[in-house]
Amino acid sequence: MAYVPDMKMRSAGGSFVKALTSRAVLAPVAAVLVFLVLWEALVWVNGWPNYVMASPSDLPPAYAKYWGLFLEMGWQTLWRTVVGLVLAVIVGLFLGMIMGFSKLMRDALYPLLVGFNAIPKATVVPIVALMFVGDHNFNTILMAFMISFFPIAVSVSIGLSTLEPEYRDILRALGASQSTIFWKIALPKTLPEFFGALKVAVTLAFIGTNLMEIVSPHGRGLGALFDSGKTNSDYPLMFAVLIALAALGIVLYYAVVALEKIFAGWAERPQG
Amino acid sequence: MYPMIKIEGVRHAYKTATGPLPVLDGLEVEVKEGGFVAVVGPSGCGKSTLTKLVAGLMKPDTGRVMVHGEVVTGPRATVGMAFQNPVMLEWRTILENIVLPLEIVPNKLTKAEKMERANYLLELVGLAGFGNKRPSELSGGMRQRASLCRALVHKPEVLILDEPFGALDAFTREDLWQTMHKVKAEEPFTGVLITHDLRESIFLADTVVVLSQRPARTQYVLDVPDTGPRTLDDLYTPETAEMLNILRHQIEVAQGRVAA
Repeated sequence: MAYVPDMKMRSAGGSFVKALTSRAVLAPVAAVLVFLVLWEALVWVNGWPNYVMASPSDLPPAYAKYWGLFLEMGWQTLWRTVVGLVLAVIVGLFLGMIMGFSKLMRDALYPLLVGFNAIPKATVVPIVALMFVGDHNFNTILMAFMISFFPIAVSVSIGLSTLEPEYRDILRALGASQSTIFWKIALPKTLPEFFGALKVAVTLAFIGTNLMEIVSPHGRGLGALFDSGKTNSDYPLMFAVLIALAALGIVLYYAVVALEKIFAGWAERPQG
Repeated sequence: MYPMIKIEGVRHAYKTATGPLPVLDGLEVEVKEGGFVAVVGPSGCGKSTLTKLVAGLMKPDTGRVMVHGEVVTGPRATVGMAFQNPVMLEWRTILENIVLPLEIVPNKLTKAEKMERANYLLELVGLAGFGNKRPSELSGGMRQRASLCRALVHKPEVLILDEPFGALDAFTREDLWQTMHKVKAEEPFTGVLITHDLRESIFLADTVVVLSQRPARTQYVLDVPDTGPRTLDDLYTPETAEMLNILRHQIEVAQGRVAA
Protein backbone atom coordinates (compact mmCIF):
# COMPACT_ATOMS: atom_id res chain seq x y z
CA MET A 1 0.00 0.00 0.00
CA ALA A 2 1.42 3.28 -1.05
CA TYR A 3 -0.13 5.44 1.61
CA VAL A 4 -1.54 4.65 5.03
CA PRO A 5 -3.67 7.38 6.63
CA ASP A 6 -2.51 8.54 10.00
CA MET A 7 -4.75 6.84 12.55
CA LYS A 8 -4.27 9.59 15.10
CA MET A 9 -6.24 11.97 12.91
CA ARG A 10 -9.44 9.97 13.32
CA SER A 11 -9.72 9.57 17.08
CA ALA A 12 -12.21 12.40 17.42
CA GLY A 13 -15.04 10.28 18.90
CA GLY A 14 -14.07 10.45 22.57
CA SER A 15 -13.84 14.22 22.72
CA PHE A 16 -17.08 14.88 20.81
CA VAL A 17 -18.73 17.03 23.48
CA LYS A 18 -15.57 18.97 23.98
CA ALA A 19 -15.34 19.55 20.24
CA LEU A 20 -18.91 20.94 20.15
CA THR A 21 -18.08 23.62 22.69
CA SER A 22 -14.70 24.47 21.18
CA ARG A 23 -13.98 27.82 19.62
CA ALA A 24 -13.76 26.20 16.18
CA VAL A 25 -17.50 25.33 16.43
CA LEU A 26 -18.83 28.24 18.51
CA ALA A 27 -17.27 30.96 16.35
CA PRO A 28 -18.98 29.98 13.06
CA VAL A 29 -22.30 29.29 14.86
CA ALA A 30 -22.16 32.76 16.39
CA ALA A 31 -21.38 34.23 12.97
CA VAL A 32 -24.47 32.53 11.48
CA LEU A 33 -26.67 33.86 14.31
CA VAL A 34 -25.36 37.40 13.86
CA PHE A 35 -26.03 37.08 10.12
CA LEU A 36 -29.65 35.97 10.73
CA VAL A 37 -30.25 38.81 13.21
CA LEU A 38 -28.90 41.40 10.78
CA TRP A 39 -31.04 39.94 7.98
CA GLU A 40 -34.17 40.06 10.15
CA ALA A 41 -33.34 43.65 11.18
CA LEU A 42 -32.79 44.72 7.57
CA VAL A 43 -36.25 43.47 6.53
CA TRP A 44 -37.93 44.87 9.66
CA VAL A 45 -36.31 48.35 9.43
CA ASN A 46 -37.28 48.72 5.78
CA GLY A 47 -40.71 47.28 6.34
CA TRP A 48 -40.33 45.01 3.33
CA PRO A 49 -43.20 42.61 2.61
CA ASN A 50 -42.08 39.03 2.04
CA TYR A 51 -42.44 39.26 -1.75
CA VAL A 52 -39.57 41.78 -1.72
CA MET A 53 -37.48 39.85 0.74
CA ALA A 54 -38.50 37.15 3.18
CA SER A 55 -37.03 37.37 6.65
CA PRO A 56 -35.55 34.51 8.71
CA SER A 57 -38.72 34.39 10.83
CA ASP A 58 -40.71 33.52 7.68
CA LEU A 59 -38.62 30.41 7.13
CA PRO A 60 -39.64 28.03 9.94
CA PRO A 61 -43.31 28.09 8.84
CA ALA A 62 -42.20 27.30 5.28
CA TYR A 63 -40.08 24.36 6.49
CA ALA A 64 -42.93 23.17 8.74
CA LYS A 65 -45.40 23.26 5.88
CA TYR A 66 -43.22 21.47 3.32
CA TRP A 67 -40.84 19.39 5.42
CA GLY A 68 -41.68 16.21 3.52
CA LEU A 69 -40.91 17.87 0.23
CA PHE A 70 -37.70 19.37 1.58
CA LEU A 71 -36.44 15.95 2.67
CA GLU A 72 -37.38 14.30 -0.63
CA MET A 73 -36.11 17.09 -2.88
CA GLY A 74 -33.03 17.70 -0.75
CA TRP A 75 -32.11 14.04 -1.09
CA GLN A 76 -32.66 14.22 -4.88
CA THR A 77 -30.37 17.21 -5.16
CA LEU A 78 -27.78 15.72 -2.85
CA TRP A 79 -27.38 12.34 -4.53
CA ARG A 80 -27.26 13.82 -8.04
CA THR A 81 -24.64 16.30 -6.93
CA VAL A 82 -22.54 13.61 -5.28
CA VAL A 83 -22.73 11.30 -8.31
CA GLY A 84 -21.77 14.22 -10.57
CA LEU A 85 -18.85 15.00 -8.26
CA VAL A 86 -17.65 11.40 -8.23
CA LEU A 87 -17.64 11.44 -12.03
CA ALA A 88 -15.81 14.76 -11.97
CA VAL A 89 -13.17 13.29 -9.65
CA ILE A 90 -12.63 10.25 -11.88
CA VAL A 91 -12.46 12.19 -15.14
CA GLY A 92 -10.59 15.12 -13.55
CA LEU A 93 -7.95 12.81 -12.07
CA PHE A 94 -7.54 11.02 -15.39
CA LEU A 95 -7.22 14.24 -17.40
CA GLY A 96 -4.91 15.71 -14.75
CA MET A 97 -2.70 12.64 -14.91
CA ILE A 98 -2.22 12.64 -18.66
CA MET A 99 -1.67 16.39 -18.72
CA GLY A 100 0.67 16.24 -15.72
CA PHE A 101 2.92 13.56 -17.13
CA SER A 102 2.93 14.53 -20.80
CA LYS A 103 3.83 18.00 -21.97
CA LEU A 104 2.41 17.17 -25.37
CA MET A 105 -0.99 16.33 -23.90
CA ARG A 106 -0.86 19.44 -21.73
CA ASP A 107 -0.19 21.66 -24.74
CA ALA A 108 -2.87 19.87 -26.75
CA LEU A 109 -5.69 19.77 -24.18
CA TYR A 110 -5.32 23.00 -22.22
CA PRO A 111 -6.89 25.41 -24.72
CA LEU A 112 -9.75 22.97 -25.26
CA LEU A 113 -10.43 22.66 -21.55
CA VAL A 114 -10.15 26.39 -20.91
CA GLY A 115 -12.53 27.10 -23.76
CA PHE A 116 -14.96 24.51 -22.48
CA ASN A 117 -14.79 25.99 -19.00
CA ALA A 118 -15.32 29.52 -20.32
CA ILE A 119 -18.74 28.69 -21.75
CA PRO A 120 -21.40 29.88 -19.27
CA LYS A 121 -23.03 26.70 -18.06
CA ALA A 122 -26.47 28.36 -17.97
CA THR A 123 -26.32 28.38 -21.79
CA VAL A 124 -25.50 24.67 -21.86
CA VAL A 125 -28.47 23.71 -19.69
CA PRO A 126 -31.18 24.11 -22.36
CA ILE A 127 -28.99 22.35 -24.93
CA VAL A 128 -28.42 19.36 -22.68
CA ALA A 129 -32.08 19.37 -21.64
CA LEU A 130 -33.07 19.15 -25.30
CA MET A 131 -30.44 16.56 -26.21
CA PHE A 132 -31.59 14.09 -23.59
CA VAL A 133 -35.22 15.00 -23.15
CA GLY A 134 -36.81 13.26 -20.18
CA ASP A 135 -33.58 11.88 -18.74
CA HIS A 136 -33.77 14.23 -15.81
CA ASN A 137 -31.38 12.31 -13.55
CA PHE A 138 -28.85 11.90 -16.32
CA ASN A 139 -29.07 15.56 -17.37
CA THR A 140 -28.66 16.85 -13.85
CA ILE A 141 -25.67 14.62 -13.08
CA LEU A 142 -24.13 15.59 -16.41
CA MET A 143 -24.40 19.30 -15.56
CA ALA A 144 -22.95 18.79 -12.07
CA PHE A 145 -20.08 16.88 -13.64
CA MET A 146 -19.41 19.34 -16.47
CA ILE A 147 -19.21 22.33 -14.20
CA SER A 148 -16.93 20.74 -11.61
CA PHE A 149 -14.30 18.56 -13.29
CA PHE A 150 -12.19 21.46 -14.57
CA PRO A 151 -10.56 22.65 -11.30
CA ILE A 152 -9.73 19.05 -10.43
CA ALA A 153 -8.06 18.35 -13.77
CA VAL A 154 -6.04 21.56 -13.64
CA SER A 155 -4.85 21.21 -10.06
CA VAL A 156 -3.84 17.56 -10.46
CA SER A 157 -1.93 18.32 -13.65
CA ILE A 158 -0.12 21.22 -11.99
CA GLY A 159 0.65 19.12 -8.93
CA LEU A 160 2.15 16.37 -11.06
CA SER A 161 4.09 18.59 -13.45
CA THR A 162 5.69 20.56 -10.61
CA LEU A 163 7.06 17.47 -8.88
CA GLU A 164 10.65 18.23 -7.83
CA PRO A 165 13.06 16.42 -10.18
CA GLU A 166 15.06 15.16 -7.19
CA TYR A 167 12.21 12.85 -6.15
CA ARG A 168 12.14 11.31 -9.57
CA ASP A 169 15.92 10.99 -9.80
CA ILE A 170 16.27 9.29 -6.43
CA LEU A 171 13.71 6.63 -7.32
CA ARG A 172 14.70 6.24 -10.97
CA ALA A 173 18.37 5.80 -10.02
CA LEU A 174 17.27 2.78 -7.98
CA GLY A 175 15.45 1.32 -10.97
CA ALA A 176 11.88 2.25 -9.97
CA SER A 177 9.22 2.12 -12.69
CA GLN A 178 7.01 5.05 -13.71
CA SER A 179 4.03 3.50 -11.96
CA THR A 180 6.00 3.05 -8.72
CA ILE A 181 6.97 6.72 -8.87
CA PHE A 182 3.32 7.64 -9.44
CA TRP A 183 1.89 5.60 -6.56
CA LYS A 184 4.66 6.23 -4.04
CA ILE A 185 5.34 9.89 -4.71
CA ALA A 186 3.37 11.75 -7.35
CA LEU A 187 -0.15 10.79 -6.23
CA PRO A 188 0.22 11.39 -2.48
CA LYS A 189 2.16 14.58 -3.18
CA THR A 190 -0.72 15.91 -5.28
CA LEU A 191 -3.41 15.16 -2.66
CA PRO A 192 -3.36 18.62 -0.99
CA GLU A 193 -3.88 20.33 -4.37
CA PHE A 194 -6.53 17.76 -5.25
CA PHE A 195 -8.53 18.44 -2.09
CA GLY A 196 -8.19 22.19 -2.56
CA ALA A 197 -9.77 21.80 -5.98
CA LEU A 198 -12.41 19.40 -4.67
CA LYS A 199 -13.63 22.07 -2.23
CA VAL A 200 -14.17 24.42 -5.15
CA ALA A 201 -15.75 21.63 -7.19
CA VAL A 202 -18.30 20.80 -4.46
CA THR A 203 -19.94 24.21 -4.59
CA LEU A 204 -19.71 24.32 -8.38
CA ALA A 205 -21.43 20.95 -8.65
CA PHE A 206 -24.36 22.29 -6.62
CA ILE A 207 -24.70 25.14 -9.07
CA GLY A 208 -24.77 22.66 -11.95
CA THR A 209 -27.38 20.45 -10.30
CA ASN A 210 -29.65 23.38 -9.51
CA LEU A 211 -29.34 25.03 -12.88
CA MET A 212 -30.73 21.87 -14.44
CA GLU A 213 -33.37 21.32 -11.77
CA ILE A 214 -34.68 24.86 -12.16
CA VAL A 215 -34.64 25.06 -15.93
CA SER A 216 -35.77 21.67 -17.05
CA PRO A 217 -39.55 21.12 -17.12
CA HIS A 218 -40.99 18.62 -14.66
CA GLY A 219 -37.74 18.73 -12.76
CA ARG A 220 -37.16 17.36 -9.32
CA GLY A 221 -34.90 18.37 -6.47
CA LEU A 222 -34.52 21.59 -4.53
CA GLY A 223 -34.16 23.55 -7.80
CA ALA A 224 -37.62 22.38 -8.86
CA LEU A 225 -39.01 23.25 -5.43
CA PHE A 226 -37.58 26.74 -5.88
CA ASP A 227 -39.22 26.96 -9.28
CA SER A 228 -42.60 25.89 -7.89
CA GLY A 229 -42.25 28.54 -5.17
CA LYS A 230 -41.73 31.09 -7.92
CA THR A 231 -44.73 29.86 -9.90
CA ASN A 232 -47.00 29.98 -6.83
CA SER A 233 -45.64 33.31 -5.55
CA ASP A 234 -44.62 31.52 -2.34
CA TYR A 235 -41.69 33.79 -1.50
CA PRO A 236 -40.81 32.36 1.90
CA LEU A 237 -40.56 28.94 0.21
CA MET A 238 -38.05 30.31 -2.31
CA PHE A 239 -35.86 31.72 0.45
CA ALA A 240 -36.23 28.53 2.46
CA VAL A 241 -34.90 26.58 -0.55
CA LEU A 242 -31.90 28.90 -0.81
CA ILE A 243 -31.06 28.35 2.85
CA ALA A 244 -31.52 24.59 2.47
CA LEU A 245 -29.11 24.64 -0.49
CA ALA A 246 -26.61 26.59 1.55
CA ALA A 247 -26.91 24.03 4.35
CA LEU A 248 -26.38 21.12 1.94
CA GLY A 249 -23.37 22.92 0.47
CA ILE A 250 -21.86 23.35 3.92
CA VAL A 251 -22.41 19.68 4.76
CA LEU A 252 -20.72 18.47 1.56
CA TYR A 253 -17.88 20.95 1.94
CA TYR A 254 -17.08 19.74 5.45
CA ALA A 255 -17.34 16.14 4.30
CA VAL A 256 -14.49 16.97 1.90
CA VAL A 257 -12.58 18.70 4.69
CA ALA A 258 -12.91 15.53 6.80
CA LEU A 259 -11.59 13.40 3.93
CA GLU A 260 -8.74 15.84 3.47
CA LYS A 261 -7.80 15.53 7.14
CA ILE A 262 -7.61 11.77 6.83
CA PHE A 263 -5.70 11.53 3.55
CA ALA A 264 -3.70 14.74 3.38
CA GLY A 265 -3.55 15.83 7.01
CA TRP A 266 0.24 15.80 6.81
CA ALA A 267 0.16 18.91 4.64
CA GLU A 268 -1.20 20.98 7.51
CA ARG A 269 1.52 22.79 9.37
CA PRO A 270 1.06 22.94 13.13
CA GLN A 271 -0.02 26.46 14.06
CA GLY A 272 1.45 28.55 16.82
CA MET B 1 42.53 -3.96 -8.97
CA TYR B 2 40.23 -2.03 -11.29
CA PRO B 3 38.81 1.31 -10.25
CA MET B 4 35.25 1.43 -8.87
CA ILE B 5 34.30 4.30 -11.16
CA LYS B 6 35.96 4.97 -14.50
CA ILE B 7 34.84 7.71 -16.87
CA GLU B 8 36.68 7.51 -20.18
CA GLY B 9 36.64 10.12 -22.95
CA VAL B 10 33.03 11.05 -22.31
CA ARG B 11 31.39 13.60 -24.56
CA HIS B 12 27.79 14.64 -24.22
CA ALA B 13 25.52 17.28 -25.69
CA TYR B 14 21.98 18.26 -24.78
CA LYS B 15 19.50 18.71 -27.59
CA THR B 16 18.02 22.19 -27.49
CA ALA B 17 15.78 24.19 -29.81
CA THR B 18 18.82 26.05 -31.15
CA GLY B 19 20.86 22.91 -31.81
CA PRO B 20 23.07 20.65 -29.72
CA LEU B 21 24.56 22.18 -26.57
CA PRO B 22 27.81 20.37 -25.70
CA VAL B 23 28.23 20.04 -21.93
CA LEU B 24 30.95 17.44 -21.57
CA ASP B 25 33.91 17.16 -23.93
CA GLY B 26 36.73 14.88 -22.87
CA LEU B 27 35.86 13.91 -19.33
CA GLU B 28 38.29 11.57 -17.56
CA VAL B 29 37.65 10.58 -13.95
CA GLU B 30 38.87 7.56 -12.04
CA VAL B 31 37.93 6.64 -8.48
CA LYS B 32 39.38 3.60 -6.78
CA GLU B 33 37.25 1.39 -4.56
CA GLY B 34 36.63 3.21 -1.29
CA GLY B 35 37.97 6.43 -2.78
CA PHE B 36 36.33 9.79 -2.50
CA VAL B 37 36.57 12.20 -5.41
CA ALA B 38 35.40 15.81 -5.28
CA VAL B 39 34.49 17.50 -8.56
CA VAL B 40 34.80 21.28 -8.70
CA GLY B 41 34.42 23.69 -11.59
CA PRO B 42 32.75 26.87 -12.76
CA SER B 43 28.98 27.19 -12.44
CA GLY B 44 27.00 25.42 -15.12
CA CYS B 45 29.99 23.44 -16.41
CA GLY B 46 28.19 20.10 -16.43
CA LYS B 47 28.96 18.74 -12.99
CA SER B 48 25.41 17.54 -12.41
CA THR B 49 25.43 15.86 -15.81
CA LEU B 50 28.36 13.84 -14.56
CA THR B 51 26.33 12.55 -11.60
CA LYS B 52 23.47 11.54 -13.89
CA LEU B 53 25.90 9.57 -16.05
CA VAL B 54 27.32 7.68 -13.07
CA ALA B 55 23.80 7.04 -11.71
CA GLY B 56 22.76 5.62 -15.07
CA LEU B 57 20.03 8.21 -15.56
CA MET B 58 21.67 9.30 -18.84
CA LYS B 59 23.90 7.73 -21.44
CA PRO B 60 26.88 9.64 -22.88
CA ASP B 61 26.97 10.34 -26.61
CA THR B 62 30.49 8.93 -26.82
CA GLY B 63 32.90 7.44 -24.33
CA ARG B 64 32.30 5.03 -21.48
CA VAL B 65 31.15 5.23 -17.91
CA MET B 66 32.05 2.14 -15.91
CA VAL B 67 31.05 1.24 -12.38
CA HIS B 68 32.53 -1.84 -10.73
CA GLY B 69 34.04 -2.95 -14.02
CA GLU B 70 30.76 -2.86 -15.94
CA VAL B 71 29.64 -0.30 -18.50
CA VAL B 72 26.72 1.68 -17.09
CA THR B 73 23.70 1.20 -19.38
CA GLY B 74 20.88 2.18 -17.03
CA PRO B 75 19.95 2.73 -13.40
CA ARG B 76 21.54 0.32 -10.93
CA ALA B 77 20.48 -0.24 -7.38
CA THR B 78 24.09 -0.03 -6.14
CA VAL B 79 24.03 3.77 -6.29
CA GLY B 80 22.87 6.15 -3.58
CA MET B 81 22.16 9.81 -4.18
CA ALA B 82 21.80 12.95 -2.05
CA PHE B 83 21.11 16.40 -3.45
CA GLN B 84 21.39 20.02 -2.37
CA ASN B 85 17.62 20.00 -1.93
CA PRO B 86 17.03 17.24 0.66
CA VAL B 87 13.57 16.32 -0.64
CA MET B 88 11.56 14.26 1.83
CA LEU B 89 8.11 12.76 1.46
CA GLU B 90 6.20 15.01 3.85
CA TRP B 91 3.50 12.44 4.57
CA ARG B 92 6.00 9.91 5.89
CA THR B 93 8.00 9.96 9.11
CA ILE B 94 11.78 10.32 8.90
CA LEU B 95 12.19 6.55 9.41
CA GLU B 96 9.70 5.78 6.64
CA ASN B 97 11.53 8.20 4.37
CA ILE B 98 14.87 6.54 5.02
CA VAL B 99 13.64 3.04 4.21
CA LEU B 100 12.15 4.20 0.88
CA PRO B 101 15.03 2.77 -1.24
CA LEU B 102 14.53 -0.61 0.45
CA GLU B 103 10.97 -0.63 -0.91
CA ILE B 104 12.38 -0.45 -4.43
CA VAL B 105 15.68 -2.31 -4.36
CA PRO B 106 15.06 -6.07 -4.15
CA ASN B 107 16.12 -7.39 -0.73
CA LYS B 108 15.20 -10.01 1.83
CA LEU B 109 15.02 -7.74 4.86
CA THR B 110 12.01 -7.93 7.18
CA LYS B 111 10.25 -4.74 8.17
CA ALA B 112 11.90 -4.87 11.60
CA GLU B 113 15.33 -5.29 10.03
CA LYS B 114 14.73 -2.31 7.75
CA MET B 115 13.72 -0.15 10.69
CA GLU B 116 16.74 -1.35 12.65
CA ARG B 117 19.02 -0.40 9.78
CA ALA B 118 17.40 3.05 9.48
CA ASN B 119 17.68 3.64 13.22
CA TYR B 120 21.33 2.66 13.18
CA LEU B 121 22.03 5.18 10.39
CA LEU B 122 20.08 7.91 12.18
CA GLU B 123 22.24 7.38 15.23
CA LEU B 124 25.37 7.44 13.08
CA VAL B 125 24.55 10.89 11.68
CA GLY B 126 23.50 12.24 15.07
CA LEU B 127 19.73 12.10 14.63
CA ALA B 128 18.96 9.38 17.19
CA GLY B 129 15.39 9.76 18.45
CA PHE B 130 14.18 11.75 15.46
CA GLY B 131 12.90 8.75 13.47
CA ASN B 132 9.24 9.33 14.24
CA LYS B 133 9.26 13.06 13.48
CA ARG B 134 7.82 14.50 10.28
CA PRO B 135 10.22 16.11 7.81
CA SER B 136 8.55 19.49 8.40
CA GLU B 137 9.70 19.33 12.03
CA LEU B 138 13.38 19.14 11.06
CA SER B 139 15.82 21.95 10.28
CA GLY B 140 17.65 22.13 6.96
CA GLY B 141 20.79 20.54 8.39
CA MET B 142 18.82 17.72 10.01
CA ARG B 143 16.92 17.04 6.77
CA GLN B 144 20.25 16.81 4.97
CA ARG B 145 21.48 14.28 7.53
CA ALA B 146 18.30 12.25 7.04
CA SER B 147 18.73 12.49 3.29
CA LEU B 148 22.23 11.04 3.74
CA CYS B 149 20.75 8.11 5.68
CA ARG B 150 18.29 7.47 2.86
CA ALA B 151 21.14 7.48 0.34
CA LEU B 152 23.04 4.89 2.40
CA VAL B 153 20.25 2.62 3.63
CA HIS B 154 20.62 0.01 0.86
CA LYS B 155 24.42 -0.14 1.28
CA PRO B 156 25.27 1.35 -2.10
CA GLU B 157 28.73 0.80 -3.57
CA VAL B 158 28.72 4.34 -4.95
CA LEU B 159 27.47 7.41 -3.13
CA ILE B 160 26.75 10.47 -5.26
CA LEU B 161 26.53 13.78 -3.43
CA ASP B 162 25.41 16.69 -5.58
CA GLU B 163 26.25 19.82 -3.56
CA PRO B 164 24.58 18.36 -0.47
CA PHE B 165 25.89 21.04 1.90
CA GLY B 166 25.55 24.01 -0.45
CA ALA B 167 22.42 25.51 1.13
CA LEU B 168 23.53 25.17 4.77
CA ASP B 169 25.06 27.77 7.05
CA ALA B 170 28.82 27.57 7.67
CA PHE B 171 28.65 25.96 11.13
CA THR B 172 26.14 23.32 10.13
CA ARG B 173 28.22 22.60 7.06
CA GLU B 174 31.39 21.99 9.08
CA ASP B 175 29.40 19.74 11.41
CA LEU B 176 28.24 17.70 8.47
CA TRP B 177 31.75 17.43 7.05
CA GLN B 178 32.81 15.73 10.26
CA THR B 179 29.72 13.54 10.15
CA MET B 180 30.72 12.47 6.63
CA HIS B 181 34.11 11.22 7.89
CA LYS B 182 32.40 9.30 10.68
CA VAL B 183 29.91 7.78 8.25
CA LYS B 184 32.62 6.79 5.78
CA ALA B 185 34.56 5.00 8.51
CA GLU B 186 31.49 2.96 9.54
CA GLU B 187 29.77 2.51 6.19
CA PRO B 188 32.42 2.25 3.49
CA PHE B 189 31.45 3.61 0.07
CA THR B 190 33.06 5.03 -3.03
CA GLY B 191 32.13 8.70 -3.15
CA VAL B 192 31.59 11.33 -5.81
CA LEU B 193 31.05 14.79 -4.37
CA ILE B 194 29.99 17.74 -6.51
CA THR B 195 30.79 20.99 -4.75
CA HIS B 196 31.54 24.68 -5.12
CA ASP B 197 33.42 24.82 -1.85
CA LEU B 198 37.17 24.23 -2.29
CA ARG B 199 37.81 23.77 1.44
CA GLU B 200 35.05 21.17 1.51
CA SER B 201 36.63 19.31 -1.38
CA ILE B 202 40.03 19.17 0.37
CA PHE B 203 38.54 18.24 3.73
CA LEU B 204 36.40 15.40 2.45
CA ALA B 205 38.00 13.98 -0.69
CA ASP B 206 41.23 12.16 -1.47
CA THR B 207 41.17 13.39 -5.06
CA VAL B 208 39.92 16.74 -6.36
CA VAL B 209 39.04 16.97 -10.06
CA VAL B 210 38.81 20.46 -11.57
CA LEU B 211 36.58 20.71 -14.63
CA SER B 212 36.95 23.37 -17.31
CA GLN B 213 34.19 25.69 -18.38
CA ARG B 214 31.40 24.17 -20.51
CA PRO B 215 31.86 21.97 -22.47
CA ALA B 216 33.71 20.45 -19.54
CA ARG B 217 36.87 18.40 -19.76
CA THR B 218 39.09 17.25 -16.93
CA GLN B 219 41.44 20.19 -16.49
CA TYR B 220 43.36 19.31 -13.36
CA VAL B 221 43.56 16.53 -10.80
CA LEU B 222 44.81 17.17 -7.28
CA ASP B 223 45.70 14.33 -4.92
CA VAL B 224 45.09 15.19 -1.30
CA PRO B 225 47.75 13.35 0.72
CA ASP B 226 46.49 10.85 3.29
CA THR B 227 47.70 12.06 6.67
CA GLY B 228 45.36 10.03 8.83
CA PRO B 229 42.03 11.12 10.27
CA ARG B 230 41.23 14.72 9.41
CA THR B 231 40.07 17.40 11.82
CA LEU B 232 38.87 20.92 11.15
CA ASP B 233 42.28 22.17 12.36
CA ASP B 234 43.82 20.55 9.27
CA LEU B 235 42.05 23.20 7.20
CA TYR B 236 44.35 25.86 8.59
CA THR B 237 47.74 24.25 7.93
CA PRO B 238 50.22 25.66 5.36
CA GLU B 239 49.83 22.48 3.29
CA THR B 240 46.08 23.04 3.00
CA ALA B 241 46.60 26.70 2.15
CA GLU B 242 48.97 25.61 -0.61
CA MET B 243 46.41 23.16 -2.04
CA LEU B 244 43.66 25.77 -1.84
CA ASN B 245 45.86 28.18 -3.78
CA ILE B 246 46.44 25.64 -6.50
CA LEU B 247 42.71 24.89 -6.78
CA ARG B 248 41.74 28.54 -6.76
CA HIS B 249 44.22 29.19 -9.54
CA GLN B 250 42.83 26.27 -11.53
CA ILE B 251 39.27 27.58 -11.14
CA GLU B 252 40.35 30.99 -12.40
CA VAL B 253 41.98 29.30 -15.38
CA ALA B 254 38.76 27.37 -15.95
CA GLN B 255 36.76 30.57 -15.86
CA GLY B 256 39.13 32.08 -18.41
CA ARG B 257 40.19 34.86 -16.05
CA VAL B 258 43.89 33.99 -16.06
CA ALA B 259 46.11 32.06 -18.45
CA ALA B 260 47.29 28.62 -17.45
